[in-house]
Amino acid sequence: MIALLLRDLKLAFRAGGGFGLGLAFFLIVTVLVPFSVGPQSSLLSTIAPGVLWLGALLACLLSLDRLLALDWEDGSLDLLATAPLPLEAVVTIKALAHWLTTGLPLVLAAPFLGVLLNLPVPGFLWLVISLLVGTPAMSVIGTFGAALTVGLKRGGLLLSLLVLPLYVPTLIFGAEVARRGATGMETQTPLLMLAGITAATIALLPFASAAVLRINLR
Amino acid sequence: MTLTVTDLAIARGGVPVLEGLSFSLPSGKALILRGPNGIGKTTLLRTLAGLQPPLAGRIEGAEDQIAYASHSDGLKPTLTVVENLSFWASVFGIQDIQPALDAFALNDLSDRHAGNLSAGQKRRLGLARMLVTGRPIWMLDEPTVSLDKNAVRMFSDAVRAHLGQGGSALIATHIELGLDGEVLDVGLNKAKPKPIDDFDGGFL
Repeated sequence: MIALLLRDLKLAFRAGGGFGLGLAFFLIVTVLVPFSVGPQSSLLSTIAPGVLWLGALLACLLSLDRLLALDWEDGSLDLLATAPLPLEAVVTIKALAHWLTTGLPLVLAAPFLGVLLNLPVPGFLWLVISLLVGTPAMSVIGTFGAALTVGLKRGGLLLSLLVLPLYVPTLIFGAEVARRGATGMETQTPLLMLAGITAATIALLPFASAAVLRINLR
Repeated sequence: MTLTVTDLAIARGGVPVLEGLSFSLPSGKALILRGPNGIGKTTLLRTLAGLQPPLAGRIEGAEDQIAYASHSDGLKPTLTVVENLSFWASVFGIQDIQPALDAFALNDLSDRHAGNLSAGQKRRLGLARMLVTGRPIWMLDEPTVSLDKNAVRMFSDAVRAHLGQGGSALIATHIELGLDGEVLDVGLNKAKPKPIDDFDGGFL
């Protein structure tokens, strides 16, 4: 299992691995928003938590279609399915590798991009916490979507449409934590809801992903 | 470890291709799978490897015993030969990849990226993967595609050594490998088209 994780990380950092794609998209979105909505700093600081969360979510979505498709194309998914690793472990490791190469960099970049949107000072901590708790769910849900669409030509479109509604609860509660944190309100309830959603997806979805992957490999 | 297949029926894309297939593969033996294109050789190998369920029949002794090599080699172009091979070795819990590199003459290529290998060299790397699985039953689907004469001999030597260690092999191929294995012609087990049973005789 460690070998699979190390291989996926290595592949992501090598040429053409797609590391940085999500990060670049996140940067583009947050840099362009002030140009499109205008320079009023009060308006920017109001929308900053929501924009940063939406940017992170879309950046995550962008990298999903390569998650399993590459392994399917070169035949290694078939070989992994016949290897001693259970498929549940394979999809969990794949999701973890995706989070480490996409989710975690977004979490770390968010405070710097928050400056561009004039995020209020108390909001920085809550933005990082909410992204840290919420992004693992996006990787796990995304892996489920990738497993559903593996083997489809141009499955990326279908994948985004399938995954988008599943991302809505995470987005609502995650952006709510960041927004309440930025305005100095109490954040416990949405943070607990967000953590609950993440914990539930990590606990349940790998089994669903492995099951649909088995059907798709037939 | 004997692989026993009884009265197996398999389907590809929902269409039955083979039925009533029975054979057994004892350890130390090779079985050469033959049959015309589209008869279901790949489907049979995928079914035995556990990638899809059979329509009917029983497969015994296959669970966690099979190393499967499909048409594609499962190589990552941005990893080197050694990185590709040691990844599969650690997935299967094997430490030493040197015998596999030796058997397919990959030592000189060990630091090359798999993406820069020729088709035949990629195939050799894909076949070397079988040696790091440690599994007793090899299932090979057209293993000699794009191999030159020399590499085909390396391959049959590797299979012979594997059989000598008590392993077994089921090989779908159209060329003569020089292995003294039995030939299983699945052309005889072609699934018959289903009779249409909703024919309304009373209508006539």
